[in-house]
Amino acid sequence: MTRTIVVTSGKGGVGKTTTSAAFASGLALRGFKTAVIDFDVGLRNLDLIMGCERRVVYDLINVVNGEAKLSQALIKDKHCENLFILPASQTRDKDALTEEGVKSVLKELEHMGFDYVVCDSPAGIERGAVMALTFADEAIIVTNPEVSSVRDSDRILGILQSKSQRAKDGMDAVKEHLLITRYSAKRVEDGEMLSYKDVQELLRVELIGVIPESEAVLHASNQGSPAVHLKGTDVSEAYLDVVARFLGEERPMRYTTYEKPGLMKRLFGGK
Amino acid sequence: MSLLSMLFGSKPKTANLAKERLQLIIAREHGPRDGSPDFLPDLQRDLIAVISKYVNVNPDDIKVNLERQDNYEVLEVNIVLPEKEH
Repeated sequence: MTRTIVVTSGKGGVGKTTTSAAFASGLALRGFKTAVIDFDVGLRNLDLIMGCERRVVYDLINVVNGEAKLSQALIKDKHCENLFILPASQTRDKDALTEEGVKSVLKELEHMGFDYVVCDSPAGIERGAVMALTFADEAIIVTNPEVSSVRDSDRILGILQSKSQRAKDGMDAVKEHLLITRYSAKRVEDGEMLSYKDVQELLRVELIGVIPESEAVLHASNQGSPAVHLKGTDVSEAYLDVVARFLGEERPMRYTTYEKPGLMKRLFGGK
Repeated sequence: MSLLSMLFGSKPKTANLAKERLQLIIAREHGPRDGSPDFLPDLQRDLIAVISKYVNVNPDDIKVNLERQDNYEVLEVNIVLPEKEH
């Protein structure tokens, strides 16, 4: 049985694509056959974050329209043997995505033996975003500890609970996970930023992880290498924890408490 | 920023304000989510009808508000009675 997971947020720029790339890569590193699909028709970026932009020939819309076979459009990841990327179209209109089309692509991925399909949602609450979440079994709600992001996450939760196929069919609800990104334990400590507990209390969704604000994310996107591959960085470790929790393992929350730098560190710098 | 706060590096603590504002706006925008019926407009209309039988109130002077905090809900009904004419 294939599990479909949507990575969504409502608001743009909170880390959906970074998360989709890192999470899908993390699942593949654990040995699961995984596909990650870019639903941002017209503004694709997953290919850049995954570092496969020069290998894009066909895209999701080509497959939906029958202009290419799914196997032709899937791009094999350069790091992981069992990870495939399905890019979005850069030139078409968002309306080119149809519910039947998306459904048939997901069905075919299931036939191909995929364990997980990660759907990278575009920002907003329009067609692309709704298509990305329609067939989800689980959802990762990416939220920054900041007012507009929290409000938009609340909004997208409402849409998930009304427009997903599971909701329409009266099946078990989509399993929701809250992922807080760009977290600064120091600013929380100083009373300048909502704590992860505050956000969790406001949205009332089970917390799957906290990703610290980190320079490593830019390094990762610069190189077109998902953040999990930057070994030893806080972001990589935090995403690996997220994958572990998703797979049912218990992991303590890390990077959520601020440690004052010692005298030596303050004098001589370093990390 | 004043000279003192610059010297001592005190920064405004605004996270609590963010949380309070979000609590209010999320409660207001939720409506029928969480399974509770969206009966507030009907309740407000009925209250106006009942109270108008006895006192002459302005419909705008009756406010009904439902707030959720953690695990409990607070139904707040605020009725402003007209000042007595002497």
